[in-house]
Amino acid sequence: MPLNETIKKVMVIGSGPIVIGQAAEFDYSGTQACQALKEENIEVVLINSNPATIMTDQSVADRIYIEPITAEFIEMILKEEKPDSILVGMGGQTALNMAIELKEKGILDKYGVNVLGTPIEGIIKGEDREQFKMVMNAIGEPVVESTIVKSIGEGLEFAKITGYPLIIRPAYTLGGTGGGIADDESMLIDILESGLEASPVSQVLLERSIKGWKEVEYEVMRDSRGNKISVCNMENLDPVGIHTGDSIVVAPSQTLSDKEYQLLRQSALNIIEAIGIEGGCNVQFALNPLSFEYAVIEINPRVSRSSALASKATGYPIAKVAAKIALGYGLDEIRNDVTGVTMACFEPSLDYVVVKLPRLPFDKFTTASKVLGTKMMATGETMSIGANFESALLKGIRSLELKIHTLKMEKFESVTVEDLKESAKNADDERLFVLAELLRRDYRIDKLVELTGVDRWFMDKIHVIVKMERALETLTLQDLDENLLRAYKKKGFSDEGISSLMKVDTSEIKRMRKIWSIIPSFQMVDTCGGEFDAVSTYFYSTYERYDEVEVSDRPKVIVIGSGPIRIGQGIEFDYASVHTVKTLKKMGYETIMINNNPETVSTDFNISDKLYFEPLTEEDVMNIIEKEKPIGVMLQFGGQTAIKLSAHLSKHDIHIFGITEEIINRTENRDEFDVFLESIGVSRPKGVILGNKQEGLDSIDSIGFPVIVRPSFVLGGQGMKICYNREMLIQALDAIFIRDYSGFVWMDQFLDGQEVEVDAISDGESVLIPGIMEHLERTGVHSGDSITVYPAQTISKTAIEKVVETTNKIAIKLGIKGVINIQYVLRGEELDVIEVNPRASRTVPYISKVSGVPIVEYATRAAMGESFGSMGIQAGLVPFGSRIAVKMPVFSTQKFTGVDGAVGPEMKSTGEVLGIGSTLEEALYKGFISVNALKGNVKPNILMSLSDVTKAVLHELLSSNSLEQFNLFATPGTAGLLYELGILAVNVIEKCEDLSQTHFDIVINTVTIGSNIERYGYSIRENALKRNIPLFTSFETFKAWLKAYSFDSEQKKIYVL
Amino acid sequence: MKAELILENGMRFDGEAFGYLDAQVGEVVFNTGMTGYQEILSDPSYYGQIVVMTFPLIGNYGINFDDFESYSPKVSGFVVREKCHESSNFRAEMELDHYLRQHKIIGIEGVDTRALTRVIRKNGTMKGIITTLKLTNEEALDRMNNLDLSDSVYKVTTKAAYELSGGSKRIAVMDYGVKRSILNQFVERGSYIKVFPADASAEEVMAFKPELVFLSNGPGNPSDLTEIVDEIKKMIGEVPITGICLGHQLLAIALGGRTERLKFGHRGCNHPVKTIHSGTVTITSQNHGYHISELPENVEATHISMNDGTVEGMRHTLLPIFSVQFHPEASPGPWDNHHLFDHFLAYAN
Repeated sequence: MPLNETIKKVMVIGSGPIVIGQAAEFDYSGTQACQALKEENIEVVLINSNPATIMTDQSVADRIYIEPITAEFIEMILKEEKPDSILVGMGGQTALNMAIELKEKGILDKYGVNVLGTPIEGIIKGEDREQFKMVMNAIGEPVVESTIVKSIGEGLEFAKITGYPLIIRPAYTLGGTGGGIADDESMLIDILESGLEASPVSQVLLERSIKGWKEVEYEVMRDSRGNKISVCNMENLDPVGIHTGDSIVVAPSQTLSDKEYQLLRQSALNIIEAIGIEGGCNVQFALNPLSFEYAVIEINPRVSRSSALASKATGYPIAKVAAKIALGYGLDEIRNDVTGVTMACFEPSLDYVVVKLPRLPFDKFTTASKVLGTKMMATGETMSIGANFESALLKGIRSLELKIHTLKMEKFESVTVEDLKESAKNADDERLFVLAELLRRDYRIDKLVELTGVDRWFMDKIHVIVKMERALETLTLQDLDENLLRAYKKKGFSDEGISSLMKVDTSEIKRMRKIWSIIPSFQMVDTCGGEFDAVSTYFYSTYERYDEVEVSDRPKVIVIGSGPIRIGQGIEFDYASVHTVKTLKKMGYETIMINNNPETVSTDFNISDKLYFEPLTEEDVMNIIEKEKPIGVMLQFGGQTAIKLSAHLSKHDIHIFGITEEIINRTENRDEFDVFLESIGVSRPKGVILGNKQEGLDSIDSIGFPVIVRPSFVLGGQGMKICYNREMLIQALDAIFIRDYSGFVWMDQFLDGQEVEVDAISDGESVLIPGIMEHLERTGVHSGDSITVYPAQTISKTAIEKVVETTNKIAIKLGIKGVINIQYVLRGEELDVIEVNPRASRTVPYISKVSGVPIVEYATRAAMGESFGSMGIQAGLVPFGSRIAVKMPVFSTQKFTGVDGAVGPEMKSTGEVLGIGSTLEEALYKGFISVNALKGNVKPNILMSLSDVTKAVLHELLSSNSLEQFNLFATPGTAGLLYELGILAVNVIEKCEDLSQTHFDIVINTVTIGSNIERYGYSIRENALKRNIPLFTSFETFKAWLKAYSFDSEQKKIYVL
Repeated sequence: MKAELILENGMRFDGEAFGYLDAQVGEVVFNTGMTGYQEILSDPSYYGQIVVMTFPLIGNYGINFDDFESYSPKVSGFVVREKCHESSNFRAEMELDHYLRQHKIIGIEGVDTRALTRVIRKNGTMKGIITTLKLTNEEALDRMNNLDLSDSVYKVTTKAAYELSGGSKRIAVMDYGVKRSILNQFVERGSYIKVFPADASAEEVMAFKPELVFLSNGPGNPSDLTEIVDEIKKMIGEVPITGICLGHQLLAIALGGRTERLKFGHRGCNHPVKTIHSGTVTITSQNHGYHISELPENVEATHISMNDGTVEGMRHTLLPIFSVQFHPEASPGPWDNHHLFDHFLAYAN
């Protein structure tokens, strides 16, 4: 029982959709917290709008509401459920902000709900910049000094106290115009002059520059009795100035002596005492590399991305312990699950090195500015554990799945030192490789340290790798001996990395390793540096002397996770991976998870029987397979990351459950796909495979415009373009082949129609279809970016029958056992297949939740050889439920400069929300509320700039909708169109410059077909993104929004899952 | 140069020698602190011991001349997985390798320290030898058998008494291998300290007219130190006495309690200790191979280890006597218990 026995029913607020800066880490912490509450027999009520999460799963909470996270909806749930308490520290910034709002609106008091964990006052003290500064001053903890000045005199006065350099930021100017860094008085006067001039309010923020200081974080905890511990500290390889989410982070700190370590630890503990934290807290410091001087940058009075990383880095479950603390337990009363003998009141001791690398989306957003700064841009991250720093770093690099195994990036070989220096100064996602290249050119280490602010220690380690790489390039196989090869393996070099530098076949290196028995030994993450005999099942590979893994004689299944979160491969796959593990466990198998994403539930060491925190490359996975000798490997649930391994595993006769290399080829290899579909009489858009640009131009006439081109084997439609004419086609093909694309390109007829998507399960004999979804936007918008409606609303009965029949045919004839995802385009009753994925898809968690069919469980059982009959379930199409569920994409595009906000065939969204309703209108209403596009204000301002919509479409819209209820703004052309249709009350926005003068609630800008350069349109979209205004670039999205708008909000209800 | 660590039980770990290339025997113990190697090397309590660091990368921030706990390294040998060749820290003045070489101490790197730690954990603390010579197990054992640590305290204590002034409170510090940071803590708090050699008699100490006698940390087995215990006995009841680590154990024996050897000791910076009267838990720095197995009469435990329930602090219920097993001065380790020095000083007359 919890110490506080008045706690019986707790509401947990989740973090909502995945956006950059708030991702899967809150599913991990939220799930852990819910489980910690349930362990105490507390009833858990959960609200989260994100359907892709594990926390919104039936088994995690007692009452689940996938509803918009707004004060209004939370109040409805409070009224219905009457929880006695609320837990807000697990749902990121969203939940904290919600807590403050609920408190301020008096809702918490009204329903007598008690806030568990850190009290609201504490949250505010930690979050409000002014209050935080006051608390820090009161306890004598230094913060980065700053002040607002209105004159040069005031500025100089401040400089006298702080010294130089100073950062000058004029107030209310876009993009920092008029600001800069002053190194001395004369510079300060110059910049202040222009800064005060540039600011419309003649105000300038002066801040002491801590550029080049080390960034160090502490994850600390405090219980309600005042016991405090530091779970982990972490040091950023990149100095202050780059968001820690985009930085390379190392745990524990490497360049701090005990004095510095303890100085900052003590400061962190002083801070959480003063704030009154009850649970976890993250404290970020800047530390002067030349003295003991430090400053507190900020704190996060809750679990965070860093706490998830710290949990995985140490084995200490911060979220779970934080939840127990919230219930009243002391740190000394909570058991350390890893050792089984010690308590949570201790500080983990690591005997390995952990490296976190960010996964940045510039492979997807190729036009974006890549320079890293204070705004986070990474979509995900990988973590790696090594016996030394070099091995952790190299493991991390291959975990990113960028086809790079070393620090050598070919493309930098031809870049001049001058240009490399420039790149080194402005960090981007490839800086590590730039540093390596500079060192390869014998650029001085001390200079590079000076240039970048990266600590000499890290630079030396990069240099160690570079030197080893350089040596490899001169070696032949004959030169290799056992000791040398072992030395490379110890430092983390992969067989592929070694062989690519030696220019020999990878299999040769593996062969030599086998001859000399150079195989990895796996060591344990045990929180205590080996001091206690731990019961941990959490391992990483080394080439040290002793292997600690005990292999059981039970039948084992290895489940391959999905690696770092990136656009196109998100948290959904973690959901699927976790569920397959749970099912396999239920079936009596020993489960072994391999993954490298520290944010996720799948890498919680409690999920599987064994967790290997390792890169998901062929070599790393094979090492574990050879160690554990499983009966087979499950690839269906780990997205493309897992599927990619099938060829290699098949080659080594490793059994893959449910699918085979042939099945995968048949769906991914265009020729085989065509032959297969033809053999079963299913049609698909006409297409050809191109090896180069000319082939495309030669064969275009046989297909006819429009066509869609895309590189093969990609995620989320990367590089995919729809071309309406020859000019566009040339451009698109150039863009793909210029990127040194060694694969081939598909060029298909583009069918303009309705997209229909199916997730189905096959046991090899028959097919279970949990649901048919339709996409609201027409073809041409990537399925991940379109609004998806379940069950399909506008599709005729005949068409549905056709979908079911075709799905059956494809699944059975492919011979797949398990889950399959098929995308169709429907034109009238004509059905074409666009894509078949022999694996779990993005929509699996959502459909599982709304249809009630545990897709992953059934698919896992089927893959393991069970039939529907033996599972006691009926195949066929599952009858539609009474509720309608709308999945809506959520974008993080505004975090980037230079990325077009228009949706198209290339996926751009990072997350999704679900709107559930009794009617389509209600579901859409909730969806748009969750994505912040409906704020319930009277007469919203709408800007329309419709390029491709004909009068007829507009006319049709007007026949059923009145636009009079809005303040309409339009670009000149669109205004003319509206005028012709009799809508006279339109404010014309003549030019780009006028955009910023007006407040808009919604911007509709449909993209011109056939024209790539439409600068006004682009400006409109850019403006909307910058100002965080909901932007619709597909007319169907706007129509859906109108439907939602028309919904009478008084009628809204909440639905428990 | 190749080197080997050979354990009493015949297990061998090979690696590369660094520091002073020779052969040295010692008691092999492990420390789980992730920082603080410099303090550990120079802590006199490690006299006669070969210290294994569980954290794999040692020497990262080099050696500076501010953080030593005594004027020279006291360990017999140092075992690491990887020593840093090029340190980086604004205070770094020397590399670990060179420092050990100058002080004639052998180190070995390239050892699977996790495996070694597990061996010590399972078998308990053992003797061992780090050697660059090829030795058979018998030869190694011969050398180990010559290891006698019973007079360790006398090897590390000050040769003559000396005084340090930070104020007026008169504190007599019995130096059984005192750490510099303990002295600093007293001086910072306005004490006038006189540090006595371990063999100083009670009379000599009392002649200083101390308001408090402090029994320091130090190496070895407390039950070997009967003469010291006899002197302590003479002071009990005459003057308030406090102590840390070995001082704490000696005090317990002097009061009639007993000490016992721990299987593999407590050495690290992450040991949770509960203060019994308040119920609060703090994280402490520890370094001991023995513990108080039986408390003396009229003495109660004030602190206990959260890991194994052993006594971490005690106080006399009638006399002004209080001591702790852990290291409130930290160095290395968390500063959670610096305030205990105020507590010690509160005992001063």
